[in-house]
Amino acid sequence: MMMAMLLDGSLVLLILVVAVWTVAVHDSFAAVVGYTVYGLLLALAWVRLAAVDAALTEAAIGGGLTGVLLIRAAVRLRRTEAVSHAETPGPLFRVMAALVAASIAAALAVVVLSLPEPGPTLAPYVAQHIATTGLGNAVTAVLLSFRAIDTLLEAVVLIFALIAVWTLTPERFWGGRPGPKYETDPNGMLAYLARLLPPIGIVVAVYVLWVGADLPGGKFQAGTLLAAMWLLAIMAGLTEAPPISSRWLRGMLVAGTVVFLVIGFAGVPLAGAFLAYPEGYAKPLIIAIEAASMASIAFTLALLVLGPPERSDRR
Amino acid sequence: MSFLLNLWTIVAVSAGVFFFLAGTVGLLRFPDTLTRLHALTKADNLGLGLVVLGLLPHVSGPLAALKLVCVWLLVLLAGATASQLIARVAKRAEPPA
Amino acid sequence: MSAATLYGLCGAALVGLGLYGLLVNPQPLRKILSFNLVGSGVFLLFGVVARRGAALGMGGDPVPQALVITGIVVAFSATALAVALLLRLHDATGSATLAAPEPGAPPAA
Repeated sequence: MMMAMLLDGSLVLLILVVAVWTVAVHDSFAAVVGYTVYGLLLALAWVRLAAVDAALTEAAIGGGLTGVLLIRAAVRLRRTEAVSHAETPGPLFRVMAALVAASIAAALAVVVLSLPEPGPTLAPYVAQHIATTGLGNAVTAVLLSFRAIDTLLEAVVLIFALIAVWTLTPERFWGGRPGPKYETDPNGMLAYLARLLPPIGIVVAVYVLWVGADLPGGKFQAGTLLAAMWLLAIMAGLTEAPPISSRWLRGMLVAGTVVFLVIGFAGVPLAGAFLAYPEGYAKPLIIAIEAASMASIAFTLALLVLGPPERSDRR
Repeated sequence: MSFLLNLWTIVAVSAGVFFFLAGTVGLLRFPDTLTRLHALTKADNLGLGLVVLGLLPHVSGPLAALKLVCVWLLVLLAGATASQLIARVAKRAEPPA
Repeated sequence: MSAATLYGLCGAALVGLGLYGLLVNPQPLRKILSFNLVGSGVFLLFGVVARRGAALGMGGDPVPQALVITGIVVAFSATALAVALLLRLHDATGSATLAAPEPGAPPAA
């Protein structure tokens, strides 16, 4: 008991110290590095809260992909650092901002300390009905069976976010390739890593997807791994980002949502409601949705990191 | 038997923590980028390796032990590549001696 | 005080820290970072509620955990859109600032 409190206490202290440093440090690049470290520590906190699926997602997306995104932005915005420092608000504004932030944090702390005991929970309902899905992982069952409409809408939100990023393309680059052309030494370290790591990453991703039915895992974590491997290959110059006008790319992006919708609408005549699974066919349908969604998520997340096109598609 | 295994875990993990501490002290106290990278490799190789060795008696089976060793090898790979890349940038940035 | 309550207080503190960073930092990239801090603090609060709903051999209530996973992915896509907007602003005006342009300045490309 004591050791657990000691572990949790030191982890919370570490998280808060890194968060304070991220907010307070002067250099933006250092703040981004601090945020990546903070994301990884937060993944440990999720493990301590017995939410291993959320820990995997936080480590992969919150720590990894967001870190890559922000590092690229921080490097490109380096020249504007000095100008921005001149706009730092004065001490009166900082004191008032600190008071506002402290009062909101205090209100949340009061809420946390006065949560009802014992906590209300939906776990008994999930445990009662999980046998119908054929899955062993309760979180996957909630994501793909009991709250499948949320997951479907989230896939649509991802596509909307990508379309919104693409609308920021300058007119002359429309339909072109996102990101700069990465030229690296084909015999160098980065190219070596980009040849060695993606096969391992693909195997681990498929494993995480497959084992997510009964153990922590699932399509978001697997899709993020695939996106990271593809980004590594692009950034090492081994492959080029595809032009956003290509049909196969757009097909892959919507494939997951289309499969989800087809299975959902097929549930109306076969099982009586939208996104209802017919008796005994739940698990294979869920696996089909997960596999298609993993591919779409991988492409969408990687393209979100790469951003809008910056060069035209060369013939 | 389990007493010996627990003793092994405590000894190995403590040694691993010592190497992590040494690597961190090196990161903070060494004068330039190349020496700091050298200190960090001690934390990666020896520190993590000893922690993994210390945890091996407590895993649930050979597959889980293989996964732990794979984690160590992947961290080695990532650390070695990152160190090489950072070292090349640092070497290019320093003025010719 | 149980472990879950400790993490709940940590989440509350993170929301406050992120809010302070959002108000005080002038650079838009730092504002995006602080906004992510606020988001992750809120997700921690979800996780605390999930942990307190542990029952029947499950470590935590799975419904808030599923919501958090969805939330993390959507928060990342929002961050990606915000960063793309910021970089476009930088490309178009040459500076990354949220201050209003001077009156009489030519409109951006």
